Amino acid sequence: MLKFVVRRLMMLVVTLFVASFAIYSAMYLAPGNPIAALLGGRTPTPEAIAVLEERYHLNDPFIVRYLRWVGGALRGDFGVSIQLRQEVSTLISQRIGTTVQLVLYASLIIVVVGVALGIVGGLRKGVLDNVVIVATTVSAAVPSFVASIILLSVFAVNLGWFPALGTGEGFVDQLRHLTLPAVALAFSSIALVARITRSAVREELSREHVQTAVSRGIPYRTVVRRHVMRNAAIPITTVVGITVASLFAASAVVERAFSLNGIGAYLIQAALSKDIAVVQGISLVIVAIFVVVNAIVDFLYAVLDPRVSLGASAA
Amino acid sequence: MSDAFLELQQVTVRLPISGELRTVLHDVSFRIAPGEAVGLVGESGSGKSMTARAVARLLPPGAESSGTVLFAGNDVAALKGAALRAFRAEVAVVFQDPRAHINPVRTIGDFMTEALRTNHDVSRADAAAKAVSLLAEVGIADGQRRLEQHPHELSGGLLQRVMIATALLTEPKLLLADEPTTALDVTTQSDVMAILDELRRERGMSMLFITHDLELAGAVCDRTAVMYAGQLVEERTSSALHDDPLHPYTAGLVGARPRIDGDVVRLSAIPGRPRSAFEAPAGCAFNDRCVHVVDDCVASRPALEPLDGGSVRCHRAVELRGRLQEGAAHG
Repeated sequence: MLKFVVRRLMMLVVTLFVASFAIYSAMYLAPGNPIAALLGGRTPTPEAIAVLEERYHLNDPFIVRYLRWVGGALRGDFGVSIQLRQEVSTLISQRIGTTVQLVLYASLIIVVVGVALGIVGGLRKGVLDNVVIVATTVSAAVPSFVASIILLSVFAVNLGWFPALGTGEGFVDQLRHLTLPAVALAFSSIALVARITRSAVREELSREHVQTAVSRGIPYRTVVRRHVMRNAAIPITTVVGITVASLFAASAVVERAFSLNGIGAYLIQAALSKDIAVVQGISLVIVAIFVVVNAIVDFLYAVLDPRVSLGASAA
Repeated sequence: MSDAFLELQQVTVRLPISGELRTVLHDVSFRIAPGEAVGLVGESGSGKSMTARAVARLLPPGAESSGTVLFAGNDVAALKGAALRAFRAEVAVVFQDPRAHINPVRTIGDFMTEALRTNHDVSRADAAAKAVSLLAEVGIADGQRRLEQHPHELSGGLLQRVMIATALLTEPKLLLADEPTTALDVTTQSDVMAILDELRRERGMSMLFITHDLELAGAVCDRTAVMYAGQLVEERTSSALHDDPLHPYTAGLVGARPRIDGDVVRLSAIPGRPRSAFEAPAGCAFNDRCVHVVDDCVASRPALEPLDGGSVRCHRAVELRGRLQEGAAHG
């Protein structure tokens, strides 16, 4: 088990380095001139350009600039925002709380609703299963920006049950403000989790070892809990993990629709205003979260499936 | 009548196969006395396993069945709740493939003691102690360590011993052994079979032993029944079946065995391929492969008639008696 963890952590570090390089070079190659963005349309003197290039190290070779950036990122320093002239790390930390809350809330909805729908569809054949299939097909087809608009118009504007914009103050008020965004963010992922859960439950139900348990007189509910759900938890964990990890990136659309001040909405804003240091910083944070969540899922996987850790120690 | 412990009366099972209900078992009747072992022999798809599943109430979803299965005088289909759990404890199943039939993510200890802990209110420690002593009986000495392991850490032979030990934990009165050695390699087959046979005899359990090995069935069973296309075609004491087969199909099976003590000759084979019950021709199910076929065999389906202490489903059984084996040898 220890070997497995160490190996997995090393993979995580390598992945992060590769990702950071990809992010940095993508930004480097992207069209647009940071100095022009900085000056906002004024025509600079050559001396001014030279000063700015010196200050932002724009004349150093690519690899030197990358290493300087990665070295800073390792210490939590992502540089300075050209637009706001503030530390990128400060700007991110002011906004990341909202995103984390939103993603956690949406994840909770995805797990509870998705897994519940999947279990119902998997165990019950007939009408209930068909309802689940239709519902998940519909929700899978609705992108989060459409879900946001519908939820806003129905529950915020027409019914007035939830606020339309902002994050709110205090826990209960925040929860109220985040409910619609969380539902919008969760909407299509619920379908994915429900479908995977349904087919995992179906598959486990048809396993021979489930028949063994039935033949020994174990009550049906216990068989479902100890054998069907226990074994189906392995694929369910995988899909939930990947879904939750990808929500950090997907939240950008929803945050913008509901005017939430999170890192996703800020990423869009920074990209539009060519605030390269911010885009790089947020991208790296999102990738890091994705990679870490995936590593956690892998550890869970090893805990849930005894065959996995053996494979790793034998390798 | 009264000595029957397990009795099947005209059991017919139909399964939904590619959209329509098809007969997989047709009019199967036999009985097993207390302490008796009965072998059920047949080719793949002949309905052997389905018979065991009908007894154990493990028919696949959507199955339709008629006829009666009586266990200790009770109609198995009518059992519910506590009575059903009691039945499940008294009838233990040893499955063919232990690796598929044991949950891979739970420990051997969980698997073995689950029924005792769940249905018999035995404490975890007591159940584990009992499991260890039964593991010792099936030849696994370090039982305590094995209980902590997962199925993938054990070989197929060990797992099947675990399966047998587990089946015996609830002290059943009837064992349904569904090809318990087929998934094992040849060297472990005989060990596992010997253990199963010995433990069964010691405990005086009844057994329905399903195999496609006529020889093996003869070695461990008092009586042997032969199935073809979802029907019983012959059912007699194992030695009589072997020396004096009454049904042409049985004679074909006997003739298709290699002999260990004689000269090596080309083995005779039954022409054609095995039929499932729903593919069987009208009249006698075996008529399209039988070398002794006459018009009667196509016109009407023979009934399972008593003959010489057993029973046989063949119009020409009396007439062909004693001539079948030469026929098979030349056919």
